[in-house]
Amino acid sequence: MAYDYDSSIRPGKLPHIWCPGCGHGIVMKGLIRAMDTCELDRKNTAIVSGIGCASRLPGYLDACTLHTAHGRAAAFATGVKMAKPEMDVIVCGGDGDGTAIGGNHFIHACRRNINMTYVLMNNFIYGMTGGQFSPCTPTGDKASTTPYGNPDPIFDISKLAIGAGASFVARTTAFHATQIDKLIAEGIKHKGMAVIEILDDCPTTYGRRNKFRSVVEMMERLKDMAVPVAAAAKLPAEKLEGKILTGILHQEDKPEYTAQYAEVIKKAQGA
Amino acid sequence: MAERYEIRFSGAGGQGLITAGIILAEAATIIEGKHAVQSQSYGPEARGGASKSEVIISDGPIDYPKATVVDACLAMTQEAADKYANGIKEGGLLLLDEDFVQRTPEGNFKVLRLPIMRLAKEDIGREIVANVVALGAMIALTDAVSREAGEKAVLAKVPEAFKELNQKAFSLGFDKGKEAMN
Amino acid sequence: MAKKVALLQGNDACAQGAVYAGCTFFGGYPITPSTEVAEVLSGELPKVGGKFIQMEDEIAAMASVIGASLTGAKALTATSGPGVSLKQELIGYACIAETPCVIINVMRGGPSTGMPTGPGQSDVMQAKWGTHGDHAAIALVPASCQEIYEETIRAFNLAEKYRMPVQVLYDEIVGHMRERVEFAEPGELEVIDREAPSVSPEEYKPYDDTKGQIPPLASYGSGYKFHVTGLNKAADGFPTTKAELVDAEERRQIDKVDDNVADIEKFETYMTEDAEVIIWAYGSTSRSARYAVNDLRKEGIKAGLFRPITLWPFPEKQTAELAKQAKAIIVPELNLGQMVIEVERVAKGDCKVAAIGRVDGEPINPGQIAGKVKEVL
Repeated sequence: MAYDYDSSIRPGKLPHIWCPGCGHGIVMKGLIRAMDTCELDRKNTAIVSGIGCASRLPGYLDACTLHTAHGRAAAFATGVKMAKPEMDVIVCGGDGDGTAIGGNHFIHACRRNINMTYVLMNNFIYGMTGGQFSPCTPTGDKASTTPYGNPDPIFDISKLAIGAGASFVARTTAFHATQIDKLIAEGIKHKGMAVIEILDDCPTTYGRRNKFRSVVEMMERLKDMAVPVAAAAKLPAEKLEGKILTGILHQEDKPEYTAQYAEVIKKAQGA
Repeated sequence: MAERYEIRFSGAGGQGLITAGIILAEAATIIEGKHAVQSQSYGPEARGGASKSEVIISDGPIDYPKATVVDACLAMTQEAADKYANGIKEGGLLLLDEDFVQRTPEGNFKVLRLPIMRLAKEDIGREIVANVVALGAMIALTDAVSREAGEKAVLAKVPEAFKELNQKAFSLGFDKGKEAMN
Repeated sequence: MAKKVALLQGNDACAQGAVYAGCTFFGGYPITPSTEVAEVLSGELPKVGGKFIQMEDEIAAMASVIGASLTGAKALTATSGPGVSLKQELIGYACIAETPCVIINVMRGGPSTGMPTGPGQSDVMQAKWGTHGDHAAIALVPASCQEIYEETIRAFNLAEKYRMPVQVLYDEIVGHMRERVEFAEPGELEVIDREAPSVSPEEYKPYDDTKGQIPPLASYGSGYKFHVTGLNKAADGFPTTKAELVDAEERRQIDKVDDNVADIEKFETYMTEDAEVIIWAYGSTSRSARYAVNDLRKEGIKAGLFRPITLWPFPEKQTAELAKQAKAIIVPELNLGQMVIEVERVAKGDCKVAAIGRVDGEPINPGQIAGKVKEVL
């Protein structure tokens, strides 16, 4: 029997704005399955995003959805979660939104270890504005603002999240569709800041400029790049050149922000 | 329009002169039921530099919240005296710390000197209460509020463990102020 | 029972007013001369089960306030010039998404870092035109510590009633000075909460104006699922580029203030009945003006004071009437000529309009105002 996605999607809101071959739809379906796995009551689930193609995702989902300003999703989400900690809070967005203009909010949400799940779709480019390079565009690649090749080094988003203090960090790719929902579900269940980085493809503005002849070719690249953490441990360093690790990269128990603030309230009220 | 009485406390940042101004304003407004406005200006330094705190007391509402003609001014340091001992009205009062202010600002007002820091350090044993010594002296010299109101406001401001210390400091300042007038 | 009174700094009075109004969320970032608002609320809000969060920057502070407000919290931020500049995009977001919130701006000199510990009134045009795009604005300009307490409460009421951001602007002088403040008893002052939807979650549309200019706002987590965006949108909250819907939405959001000026406006007049010269002043400068009026009256000069307490929407009617009555209007402000432009616009040449500007970190004193009055008459 086909999976019931329809009951999670707002009536009349499809078709979505994403291009044929874009991986964001795969991520959205993964997110729906994860929310179902965790039995999230959508009336008490806030899905928050910034600006960009990936940030249009919440609008399609039947929940408390908040499409904010460019880069600010994590900060809006922090306000929602602080004010109503009983809500489940999920943030969706892209690499440029989350780590360039929103980089400060991203790292500080990680530092606070506030209980939310950040699904970051890293497609290596600013798609919506037409393909300018992002902090995740590989060095040397072409973008509309790097006609001679990108001189910038990249962010490793997962490492950034771990370094900044997120207590759950996982990574997969849009090719690994069945892993997406498992990792997001783990992130939702985790008490603390969970970052799930999903390497994604943008055939229209990235693939086209960087000699990918088809979406299939882009998907194959994602497949080839991925090495599960367990497998990577057994491989020599040279075999990991140009690869990315996938799966749960980091998980720890540490104080969660809204729980910490509940203690502040107790102290203030003299309990 | 009601009469305004304007008092300025000045010294180095961290000497507690803003607090002295606040206590005086509390004595006037909360305890004696008059109108009072306290304001201050300070530089970016949390310690050092020169800072001032002004208190305007009146029987009626106070419009302009800053000093116009100062009735009484305190300067605890030379820098404060140079910078803030101005705008004092003719026949007004300037109280200086006698150890820390060598050059006396010129003007048509009465100048008095008391070793405020020394009194706090030697007679009370704590330099930190110099602001309360100064407040006691200024209240004695100006009658801006009653001795009782001043003392009550000081005690309302400090934690239990420091009440006795501050009471001593206030009384010493008040008595030295009265002596200086004669 | 005697009322609770205290000698409070303006910023402290603001924080106490916020608590009275039912504020349960503060998101902020430290900045002189507003920081005491945050400091006081960091202690007070958790006592009432509210939340205080110091965010990573000014923009995040504004974002957190909007996020919190959407869950139903009465939310506040406090800042000063540079911080208000940084918040502008999201102030616009709160406008278009019709999210109630209060922004305190303790004004200092500027532009840029300017004079952090010096007073200014140079953000008054920014309060109206700071964020991009057309939008309505409500800005209140209290002039004393007691008034800061009361106007902060009114700011929350207006924000909740009109579903929009409301700014309270006062300068460093009033923010940092201390005066006697009388606390209101519970129930003594009006406290308005936003209107909750009367329809079921299934029928709810967050921007449905068929029953009035200000659509009820549901709270996240109260059973209502809805979409909020900074894009132009239709009644259901979803983006639209349909010309007639975009036009209607933008106009409604401006009309909801323009059509309710009588409810939002607030001002004080002092000796204006027979005045030949009006001093049009707000905030701390109005206190110098009142002092000057008293001095001028002693000299037989018929001066009066008009003091807006609601600065935006602009008091057009009152200003126009005074322009017809008086020979001159003097506008002293701690900037180099901002509100005077509005006064001139509304006076339409019916009387002389003259400005007194000051930006050196010192207040405009009564003598300066009296001098200008004599020069103009």
